[in-house]
Amino acid sequence: MTARVGVVTFPGSLDDGDARRAVRLAGGEPVALWHRDTDLHQVDAVVLPGGFSYGDYLRCGAIARFSPIMENIIAGAREGMPVLGICNGFQILCESHLLPGALTRNDHLHFVCRDQKLRIENAGTAWTSDYEAGQEITVPLKNGEGGYVADERTLDELEAEGRVVARYLELNPNGSRRDIAGISNAAGNVVGLMPHPEHAVEPLTGPTTEGLGFFTSILKRLVTAR
Amino acid sequence: MARVVVDVMLKPEILDPQGQAVQRALPRLGFEGITDVRQGKRFELELDGPADEAALARIREAAETFLANTVIEDFTVRVES
Repeated sequence: MTARVGVVTFPGSLDDGDARRAVRLAGGEPVALWHRDTDLHQVDAVVLPGGFSYGDYLRCGAIARFSPIMENIIAGAREGMPVLGICNGFQILCESHLLPGALTRNDHLHFVCRDQKLRIENAGTAWTSDYEAGQEITVPLKNGEGGYVADERTLDELEAEGRVVARYLELNPNGSRRDIAGISNAAGNVVGLMPHPEHAVEPLTGPTTEGLGFFTSILKRLVTAR
Repeated sequence: MARVVVDVMLKPEILDPQGQAVQRALPRLGFEGITDVRQGKRFELELDGPADEAALARIREAAETFLANTVIEDFTVRVES
């Protein structure tokens, strides 16, 4: 018995293929979801992949957030369905108000593409339970608008409630407030992450295989829940 | 027929690295005396009817939900004659 994890393809998505591959390597059944569809095809969880949905027009994620498929994803997420947004997916989750704050242009204005060291701060979310709190991992990071911003009260709340899921180590690559690389909602089922764990799941193509934990975490949770 | 303009600007407390880059380039081009630049967006909306209070209320709703991200941006709505 395995679990079905949907991966949405928007016009301009780039990392949907790698996300489906990561789900499969973790032992799950990847299900391709189309942005114009409204049917979630009985998936147990959803990944919103990286890329440049709708050309990043207006704001990153702003148009994707109103895609037909998003209505059911937003409703499902509010009822506890696990959702992981990576990079552009993180931007879509913020635009959907499933996560607080926003992602803004990198403070140095350059597109950044590097292998980035992170610390998993919260190993209690649906997507990080296969890590230890405090574990350091290295996965690719590639973004132009990855600077996480929120007002001080929201940042304090995220810290106090343990909702900072991952933090940049050694170098803050984009000016994110408090070195934040990823956050979760209060329930822990919705996680947004700027770096790309789906690109670090195989020795041939990734700097490490340390990204796989996000996908094995959700698989274990879904299979145990049955 | 009427034209309504929606201006969207980053909130003052949000860093605007694009505006800063423009500001730094100005003196190099000989434009002195400009101490700060903030960059924003301007939307020109053509209406099929008059810009009455009902139409403006809908445009404010569109600006609030879509044209601006009010977490980081402010907007203004005005009728252009």
